[in-house]
Amino acid sequence: MNTTRAPFKLFLARWGWFVGLGALLILALVSYGRNPTSTEAVLASTVRQATPLVLGALCGLWGERSAVINIGIEGQMLLAAFIGFLVNVWTGNLLIAVLAGALTGALLGALLAFMSVTLKIDQIIGGTVINILALGLTGYFYQQGLTTQGKLQPIPLGPLADIPLIGQVLFNNPPITYLTILIVFISHYILFYTRWGLRTRAVGEHPRAADTLGINVYLMRYVNVIMGGALAGLAGAFLTLEAVGSFERAMTNGRGFVALAVMIFGKWTPLGSWGAALLFGFATAMQTQLQFMGVNIPHQFIGMLPYLLTIVVLAGFVGRARPPAADGVPYEKE
Amino acid sequence: MSETFVLEVRNITKRFPGVLANDRVNFTLRKGEIHTLLGENGAGKSTLMNIVYGLYSPDEGEFFIDGQPVDIKNPHDAIQQGIGMVHQHFMLVPVFTVLENIILGSEVTRGTSLDLTKAREQVNALSREYGLEVAPDAIVEDLPVGVQQRVEIVKALYRKVKILVLDEPTAVLTPQEAEDLFRIMRHLTERGVSIIFISHKLKEVLAISDRITVMRRGQVVGTTTPADTNESGLAAMMVGRQVVLQVDKGPAQPAEAVLTVKDLHVLDERHLDVVRGVSFAVHSGEILGIAGVQGNGQTELVEALTGLRKVESGSVTLDGAPVPPRDPRFLFERGMAHIPEDRHKHGLVLPYSIADNLALVAYYKPPFANGIQRNEQAIIENAVHLIEQYDIRTPGELLPAGNLSGGNQQKVIVARELSRAPRFLLANQPTRGLDVGSIEYIHKQIVAARDSGAAVLLISAELDEIMSLADRIAVMFHGEIVAIVEAGKVTKEQLGLMMTGTSAAEALA
Repeated sequence: MNTTRAPFKLFLARWGWFVGLGALLILALVSYGRNPTSTEAVLASTVRQATPLVLGALCGLWGERSAVINIGIEGQMLLAAFIGFLVNVWTGNLLIAVLAGALTGALLGALLAFMSVTLKIDQIIGGTVINILALGLTGYFYQQGLTTQGKLQPIPLGPLADIPLIGQVLFNNPPITYLTILIVFISHYILFYTRWGLRTRAVGEHPRAADTLGINVYLMRYVNVIMGGALAGLAGAFLTLEAVGSFERAMTNGRGFVALAVMIFGKWTPLGSWGAALLFGFATAMQTQLQFMGVNIPHQFIGMLPYLLTIVVLAGFVGRARPPAADGVPYEKE
Repeated sequence: MSETFVLEVRNITKRFPGVLANDRVNFTLRKGEIHTLLGENGAGKSTLMNIVYGLYSPDEGEFFIDGQPVDIKNPHDAIQQGIGMVHQHFMLVPVFTVLENIILGSEVTRGTSLDLTKAREQVNALSREYGLEVAPDAIVEDLPVGVQQRVEIVKALYRKVKILVLDEPTAVLTPQEAEDLFRIMRHLTERGVSIIFISHKLKEVLAISDRITVMRRGQVVGTTTPADTNESGLAAMMVGRQVVLQVDKGPAQPAEAVLTVKDLHVLDERHLDVVRGVSFAVHSGEILGIAGVQGNGQTELVEALTGLRKVESGSVTLDGAPVPPRDPRFLFERGMAHIPEDRHKHGLVLPYSIADNLALVAYYKPPFANGIQRNEQAIIENAVHLIEQYDIRTPGELLPAGNLSGGNQQKVIVARELSRAPRFLLANQPTRGLDVGSIEYIHKQIVAARDSGAAVLLISAELDEIMSLADRIAVMFHGEIVAIVEAGKVTKEQLGLMMTGTSAAEALA
């Protein structure tokens, strides 16, 4: 039997994460020693750039874990960003604006669920419908010159924020960024440790088996896709209400699709998606930093960095990840 | 006063488009009995059980549990009433652990979390009580089918099942695993569980049942007991006419070698040597049977012979011509016919029409094609002709093959392969999962192919099938052919010994 490579592979499978993490930590410390300000800026930016990506990835994940492919994340984010912004302009209440964004995402999720679960339309087409709808609606109703009512500000967490390096990176963030980190862990808990998670995974792997045990497959899919939509909506709210403070046409800029890559790279797990999102967030942060530093490369090329990373990661590293078995297949009761 | 049954169904009628699947069916189940539901494929057994389990809703009819009328609208209701079902295709999530599969839908929780510790204790207790060994933390897809089936039974017991439906449980089991299952079934009935057993293997039905109800074309033909009937009696009830259970064939007239295999080595997916230096020849006019417990290299051997798997070393010649590596069309063009082991995976394109499936091996040449264009008329005519000749029961030739019953699907494959007057026929598990009527028919066709000069290689896990059909028998064990014997000169016991590793010299002594 051919086993020569097995021990190394086993080592990599078991300890690869730690080795990678350790290397990154050392790199960060060295870099911090040389240039504290830029290092802090890049890492803090990494966490914030990762926020919409991991929220989008979780949206995709909750859908696909119950076997509904959602490629409409981009559209959910975009329309939610727009509605959240408008509500902020009208009411001046950031909390209501964020909730309106999440609700918009959830409603688009309900639309996707209706198309793919009840009508059993091809899910790729259903998602595309949402993307086009969001692009069209936001483009049509967008008016320039709407005055913003401010955006969500960082909340330093007392003395934690004063810890060198990690204080600025982890404990001095605006609310949606904090909330997102919380949602990652809550998602992990629900998916792997609760009844709802077990049933969701069953519905995504073998819906008939779940059905024969008295589980309502359609209901599970509806709820998961709608809740996922709310997360995508939160990502949209992050863009207008926390990151930028205003709305621009097509401002999601492909994040909804990168989020799907993040989900796959994270092997359909919340923690894995978070790690993957941080990697992509880092690429985006680096891109900004390199442009700041005036590296002598045309900025268009530097701007490609996160997208190049997407291609490399999807083509090279995810070969062995296994999607839920029933992913994308509408369930027919007999 | 009439007897109170654990389960009684009265006048169940279920119509599917174009079919009356259950026609005023009555069925009763006594406490602690094994009541077999026997019938050909498509007779309505599974439909009836799916109705009892709430997966289908009947158009008419009533249910009574312990004499009380009940309403079963979905599986949830059925589970509430103490009905459990082990489906023919297991309802297990392959990537879940045994424990997760067992508790799914009936989870124990502590606060918001799953309480796996408590569930594991409960499952272990059940395991001990019923003598059903399962490892709670094993991943289901890594387990052999026999163990997966045990998991299904524990799953039912976990839901406090009083009535257990087993839908063709032995179809996927080895004889040894089937024995285990029967032991478990008796154990369950001793503890008051009532079992509805669906099967069409007459021997085991007679061995295990308390009562036997036979269905044919959606109706109950009658109920009997093993003491009052025998194999041919049951077969006649099932099919509606006398069935020949013995294969009727004259002596073989072997002529020249058609397929010659020399020192063949084949690797499996894990690069393990699973066919290890196999040599044999199949002659025109004979049936060579390969007997062996499944997993001893037969699947890989067949894949190598049909051009689906790489030959590591050794030679295969068909009528003297060396077979090029991995070139199925070469083989088909030179008269090979293949009835594959898995009719869904390799035999048919299920969503295609019966007509297209019947044209699959020759679709690219006349009369089915004119240049790059299909000749629809020729394809349809071919189908109409074969459907009649091979007695394929279907409402029409344009129906998707997936809509046919298993027996009729197999007939489509047999029709396609044998209508080409093959030079070499490779029949791998040709009657797996089929009822007596279809088995009889397919056996006749294989013998007819032999008599018209084909060389036939038959691979089967059913020793009875090998014994009755083959002229010579090769025994395969651990990737090697340990003996080739004349069919009349060996007993079932001797074959069984060689199949499990006893040397030929010792077994035949």
